[in-house]
Amino acid sequence: MAGTDNGIAIDKDGAEDLAGLEAGLDALDSVQVGRTPLRETLIRKVVPPVTAVALVLVVWQLLVWAEVAPAYKLASPSDVWGEVREAWLQGTLLDYIWTSVSRGLLGFLLALAIGTPLGLLVARVKFVRAAVGPILSGLQSLPSVAWVPPAVLWLGLNNSMMYAVILLGAVPSIANGLVAGVDQIPPLFLRAGRTLGATGLREAWHIVMPGALPGYLAGLKQGWAFSWRSLMAAEIIASSPDLGVGLGQLLENGRNNSSMPQVFLAIFLILLVGIAVDLLFFSPLERRVLRRRGLLVAR
Amino acid sequence: MATTTATTATDATDAADAAAVTYAARVEHVSKSFPAPGTSGGRQLVLDDITLDVAPGEFVTLLGASGCGKSTLLNLVAGLDLPSAGSIRTDGRPALTFQEHALFPWLTAGGNIELALRLRGVPKSERRREAERLLDLVRLRGAYGKRVHELSGGMRQRVALARALAQDSRLLLMDEPFAALDAITRDVLHDELTRVWRETGVSVLFVTHNVREAVRLAQRVVLLSSRPGRIARQWTVGLPHPRRIEDTAVAELSVQITEELRGEIRRHGRH
Ligand SMILES: Nc1ncnc2c1ncn2[C@@H]1O[C@H](COP(=O)(O)OP(=O)(O)O)[C@@H](O)[C@H]1O
Ligand SMILES: [Mg+2]
Repeated sequence: MAGTDNGIAIDKDGAEDLAGLEAGLDALDSVQVGRTPLRETLIRKVVPPVTAVALVLVVWQLLVWAEVAPAYKLASPSDVWGEVREAWLQGTLLDYIWTSVSRGLLGFLLALAIGTPLGLLVARVKFVRAAVGPILSGLQSLPSVAWVPPAVLWLGLNNSMMYAVILLGAVPSIANGLVAGVDQIPPLFLRAGRTLGATGLREAWHIVMPGALPGYLAGLKQGWAFSWRSLMAAEIIASSPDLGVGLGQLLENGRNNSSMPQVFLAIFLILLVGIAVDLLFFSPLERRVLRRRGLLVAR
Repeated sequence: MATTTATTATDATDAADAAAVTYAARVEHVSKSFPAPGTSGGRQLVLDDITLDVAPGEFVTLLGASGCGKSTLLNLVAGLDLPSAGSIRTDGRPALTFQEHALFPWLTAGGNIELALRLRGVPKSERRREAERLLDLVRLRGAYGKRVHELSGGMRQRVALARALAQDSRLLLMDEPFAALDAITRDVLHDELTRVWRETGVSVLFVTHNVREAVRLAQRVVLLSSRPGRIARQWTVGLPHPRRIEDTAVAELSVQITEELRGEIRRHGRH
């Protein structure tokens, strides 16, 4: 056919031509991705929330000065700060936090270990989806506080009961997030994966899980929020001396002692942990995943 | 049957003889029907009695109007779907590329290729080198660590080609891979594909609705009629490579095939 000497010689010249043309096209048409400098990120991302917090503190202090409510109902910022200092100096502040956070994290990891295979099964096996799918969505809308009384009766006042409540709250979120993520995978990716020879578990690992990752992460985030809420509910309702003082118990103790500063302290710490986990863990992870896929639109 | 074979130009090729001995793909009396939309139990015949061989190392383009069943046939050959009747045999599992590049956005260009290698069972120590060799083959030496969204449309299709080649299949199925690209990029990729085909010796079954593209690339053009899809006619293209899209010989044959295609489409307007 075209294998003559002459043909090959032309081919070589042509090839150089082609390479040059191609390089030009590539350069013209590629996307340049830059990163915003740290300074700008600080100004755009850190300054606004700090301003908001400062504003809340100012309004709070103004309300205290205006004496809109008696002092036992509305503690002043300095009273709450005093409570923080005292707990810190006694060395109990970190204990409160750690008691709850360690429970929350362990419970969350358990929920992860159960919710992930469950979600994968529901997403990929038609029968399981038809059988379990609606129950899972239903459970997600059930406030997990509702599980505290039965959990206490089943398991007693101990850590297992706390974990049970966390699991019942978080597993449906994680599984549902994964199902939503799997449903959002373009069918083209599944077909491409199959032509590459990815079937069964290899398909799940190489194509389905990474394809579903954005939805899965959203589910994890919600799963954590549910874990934390369920745990607080469990700690407030079911306190017992053997359980140690977590943030939920701290809040409940504050109520029993009619100590508004302590109540505020507990609420702040609960809020702080929730925000910190989101800000330090989930948000960066989510941004990283989206950025790598070119799905993060710079604003 | 509606199959007629016309040979243009000089070279009748030895492809037909080689096919008698062995094949890259052998499609025999294949039909495919789908449940017809809007009817209960009715079926729509999409492919009707297709018989087609692709010889080892042969480059065949499958040409037809939109909706005539080209993708359906390619999916059958790829094994993604089963024919309603007839048989399909291929020499090993074919590789398949799509109109959309279908690269995985969670992997880099190199990662996509390495995944194909890994699924093929290539040991970890060799994957990186092999991926770089394949990127080199499609002239994307520097693209190893690039994310899919950082690549241009033409580069994505070249990575997709490299990923398909990573499967080391004897047969490469391509479903309108360049349809979404601009004319210049497409022309460049035609040259690239021809070069890669000649360097690797892979057999190619290339689907397109673009007559010039079909003629520019193929050793054999197979025209599919519409509703149901049948093989209307085939042409052996004996023009030497490298070809240019503006070559007069390419243009002449394109005109002839376009006439035939028009006739096919007109037939549908009459009844
Ligand atoms: N999975 C399917 N179910 C029902 N009809 C289908 C399916 N796939 C393709 N078809 C029908 O088969 C015909 C041919 O489709 P396709 O092979 O995609 O055409 P082409 O690739 O030539 O444009 C179309 O009319 C389409 O509606
Ligand atoms: Mg198609």
